Amino acid sequence: MNSLRIATMLACVLFAGSALADNSGGATIARQGNGHGAAPCMACHGADGGGQAAAGFPRLAGLPQAYLRKQLEDFANGTRANATMQPVAGALTDAERDAVVAYYAHLPIPTPAPVAAPTGDVAARGQTLATRGRWSDGLPACEQCHGPGGIGVGDHFPPLAAQSATYISNALQAWKQGARHNDPLQLMQHVATSLSDADIAAISAWYAAQPATPPKEPQS
Amino acid sequence: MKSKRLMLALSALLLAACDHPAPQAAAPTATPPAPAASTAKSAAQFQPPADSSIPNDDFGKQIALGREIFIDPGRYAKAYVGNQLSCENCHLDAGRLAHSAPLWGAYPMYPAYRSKNHKVNTFAERLQGCFNYSMNGKAPPLGDPVLVALESYAYWMSRNAPIGTSLPGRGYPKLAKPAQAPDYARGETVYKRDCALCHGDNGQGQQAAGRTVFPPLWGAQSFNWGAGMEQVNNAAGFIKANMPLSRGNTLTDQDAWDVAYFMDAHERPQDPRYSGSIPATRTSFHDTPDSLYGATVNGHLLGQGTNQP
Repeated sequence: MNSLRIATMLACVLFAGSALADNSGGATIARQGNGHGAAPCMACHGADGGGQAAAGFPRLAGLPQAYLRKQLEDFANGTRANATMQPVAGALTDAERDAVVAYYAHLPIPTPAPVAAPTGDVAARGQTLATRGRWSDGLPACEQCHGPGGIGVGDHFPPLAAQSATYISNALQAWKQGARHNDPLQLMQHVATSLSDADIAAISAWYAAQPATPPKEPQS
Repeated sequence: MKSKRLMLALSALLLAACDHPAPQAAAPTATPPAPAASTAKSAAQFQPPADSSIPNDDFGKQIALGREIFIDPGRYAKAYVGNQLSCENCHLDAGRLAHSAPLWGAYPMYPAYRSKNHKVNTFAERLQGCFNYSMNGKAPPLGDPVLVALESYAYWMSRNAPIGTSLPGRGYPKLAKPAQAPDYARGETVYKRDCALCHGDNGQGQQAAGRTVFPPLWGAQSFNWGAGMEQVNNAAGFIKANMPLSRGNTLTDQDAWDVAYFMDAHERPQDPRYSGSIPATRTSFHDTPDSLYGATVNGHLLGQGTNQP
């Protein structure tokens, strides 16, 4: 945290000139917005980029840079329909989008507020879908793309672990209902059509309670 | 550490301020995804028992261990594994999925004569082949706990399957020969469009937290030249039925053949049966149009293995 603060402060000093000129400093945009239409990211996504779980505002800190960049593009062009994010993304220039996603991708993952792990049938359903899938419906396990424990893989498969349950649930419903169709190879649209509301609730609760950083041992 | 992180954070910010890569092409398409035909269940399809029915006794322990090995051989059978693959990379759903060479399709067909080694193989010997070739490792000796556990798992999964009957969904689908002979350049186009997202631009796969998430398709960490998947027909059948993951049966047959050819036209670890000569090894073990071992593609003689330049 300390190094982050120092880095942020130094960055502000270093970029004071350029930020005034083209306002492209990612940290500045995150804190203050860009001064021409984009609200400060941290108003919803938190001062540390951890999001606001209850409101369904996702964690951005530590997410893949290329993934975040694509989402901004897709909010702006409407392939990811979102009334809050569309005007924000649309108000950011290309350079500002680059800057702000670089800022968030490199933020350390904050320690999330403890989330009550699901129990009983919900836990069993969530764990099964997360780790084994349901191949009788052609459903692979979530972790076959999102990685062990849902920690995310590469540029295209964002972490699910310790993400807001409300956010995950909203996203899956958006895939299912077609409000979101910006996925590579239509992978998520297709998968989501095979998920019931109970499946979505269980997956969301399961991943919200998983640790954000890689477990030392695979989940049993 | 702190100063290093500081530098990283700073350089990221600097890069962000100075470097403006072209935005990724958006794909504003609202076409609903086509249903995957692989989800259509045939009434006649054999149904393996649920995992929850693994008995809670000493035999059940071996079955469960076999399942663990199958899912993560690099952890549970480490001594016999020489690459980053796991059994379930090619046998999906822990060996349960039809058209993905399920264990319940294989187990009841052994012992069997195999032209691959010109003798009758027991199921355990067949498993040894998986380790020698697909896992690019070494075969556990007969009676080894790894083989006992894997065979127990396959036996359990095949409960109530008829012995010696080739069940629907066994192996990979046999695709009809394509209209056009499989082609490297067309295969590369398919690969970049539908495969590289997960398997990487160079077929290297992707890992997370030390686990393979997307398996390497060629190169030093993939299956070797002795594996069944090096034959274009086998790879085409698997790809058609199962790839991209969750979108099985969405590629055309031609695409499946072309991309299988592309994958199998890359270098991989040497066939452990290598006799010292690529042409002689081809004659002995790869004498089929479906193998590119010993063929020259794009000026590269295939079959040199990954230890050679």
